[in-house]
Amino acid sequence: MARALRSPALWIALVLLLLAVSLPWWVSAYILGVLTVSYYFGVFAMAWDLLFGFANEVNFGPTFLIGLGAYTAGILDNTLGPPIFVCVAAGALVAMIGGVLLALPALRLRGPYFGLVTLVAVLLLQNAIVIFASVTGGEIGMNVNDILSVNAVTNYWIALVFIAVCGALLFGLSRSAVGLILQASGQDAIEAAALGFNVTKHKLAAFCVSALFSGLAGAMLVFYEGTASVGTVIDIAIAVQIIIAAVLGGRRTILGPAIGAIILVLAGEELRQLGQLNTFVVSAVALAVILFFPDGLLGHLLRRGERG
Amino acid sequence: MLALQILIDGFAISALYGLGAVGFTLLFGVSGVLNLAHGGIMVIAALIGWQAAGGLGLGTWLGSAVGVLAALVASYATYFVVVRPIQRSRAIPREETEIFVLTGTLLWGIMIQVGMAYFYSDNPVTMRPLIDGVTNIAGVRTPTNEILIAVISWVAIGLLWLLVNRTRAGKALLAASINPRGLVLLGFELDRIYLMVWTIYGVLAGIAGVLLASFLGVGTSNIGNLTASAFSIVVMGGLGSVSGSLVAAYVVGYLETFTAYEIAPTLRPIPALILLVLVVYLRPQGLLGRR
Repeated sequence: MARALRSPALWIALVLLLLAVSLPWWVSAYILGVLTVSYYFGVFAMAWDLLFGFANEVNFGPTFLIGLGAYTAGILDNTLGPPIFVCVAAGALVAMIGGVLLALPALRLRGPYFGLVTLVAVLLLQNAIVIFASVTGGEIGMNVNDILSVNAVTNYWIALVFIAVCGALLFGLSRSAVGLILQASGQDAIEAAALGFNVTKHKLAAFCVSALFSGLAGAMLVFYEGTASVGTVIDIAIAVQIIIAAVLGGRRTILGPAIGAIILVLAGEELRQLGQLNTFVVSAVALAVILFFPDGLLGHLLRRGERG
Repeated sequence: MLALQILIDGFAISALYGLGAVGFTLLFGVSGVLNLAHGGIMVIAALIGWQAAGGLGLGTWLGSAVGVLAALVASYATYFVVVRPIQRSRAIPREETEIFVLTGTLLWGIMIQVGMAYFYSDNPVTMRPLIDGVTNIAGVRTPTNEILIAVISWVAIGLLWLLVNRTRAGKALLAASINPRGLVLLGFELDRIYLMVWTIYGVLAGIAGVLLASFLGVGTSNIGNLTASAFSIVVMGGLGSVSGSLVAAYVVGYLETFTAYEIAPTLRPIPALILLVLVVYLRPQGLLGRR
């Protein structure tokens, strides 16, 4: 715990959090709305980093988990209509089951093979949603009956508390003994096993935790936006955005990907006037970051701090 | 009648799939790179070939040649701008090079997709057939172009086989896929072998791209699917195994054609995806792969 408190990443995050808390008093509702989405995106990116940065598993299908959570919550709300938090919990639970399903091949397959399975999982889910269009709304998407709030400031607070709690939990987990063992299992599974750690158990746990947070955030996003559609929670393009966010912010830092996601959503808003080329610029910047600062923004800052 | 139709159409599309996947698997086998910008490179060949053939008035054959050349340039750009810097970067730990190459080429593929969509819009383009006319095969009217495409694909694959198995340079390529260190100890420059494999890859992907444009028509919106299908075919056949990729290409091609004709065109990709998951679960090294 003491080590975690001395981490500069934590202090950077606290300063940013204080800034975020002050925002409702001096920025417009429109910017708050953009930030609200970016906070949910931040949770996606943090959950992805747990798999990519720590367990060393290239998951091309974070949107498989997010989509499961989002659609489960949405469908439950439209059919049985329990309170929102029950729907969100159900979404998280189904996403966790999805996480275990993804973990099974991951325990047997190496890098690219596993990456492909996750990609296929997304494509299958996408097809399933189109086939069962009567329940899911198909390609058009579905409206949900309930939303979190109509007030932009309330929505902003919910999202901010959500990302802060998820961030604290994931960051704490990554700095705990479990996080270190996970990191060791990811980098050299044989040596980690030789040291007496149960690699299978830790990787499985990583998938469950990552899926839990992805599903939660996916379900929350549905109740914020009032709709769920393939284009907003499942499409490969969303997965790519998450990957870019995590790489940009700095993998293996948990907080970096969240910062990366917020920057990415804001940049997307700012570059909107470029039209199509928006994505081109963002991808090019991310590629440049990979080539020149493979540790990402936060990772680069932290590493410089350690050396200095 | 329908069975024969499926047999013929499936054969042509599978040959094209095979051609697209062979370069991809060769690249992985020799240099260990999974190029997720694969679909992008194919579409560059298709779009530039289409423009050269139609807009610049070079005709279909010459236009196709320009398209293949464009794919070659794109292939070199992928290697020199993205893959080689990542492989040589000292800031990236050795054991993480692979996932960085995956992420890097993924981003590069998106840049290609968006860049090409900016110039050519995302509407699919169709190249004029390489050869006009219709041939009657036992009662099934088949465009002669479709037959020619299958033939060209197989000739290209055959030439590749000759190159790899019968020439000195090709044998070095094969050796690099088995034991690169041994090859270096024998005095071969690994850099030149990598350059050669990216050359072969660019030409193969280019031919596959222009043929696809003249067979089905292709646009930037297909890039993701093209990469995904090459990736799945190659994994199903066994990463790095050329013959495995060809077998898998035919399995996938026929499965898709059969589904499209007999069940529903909308379900076209699904059985192949499910089969892929099964293969990966039960036989992770693929149909003909070695571990």
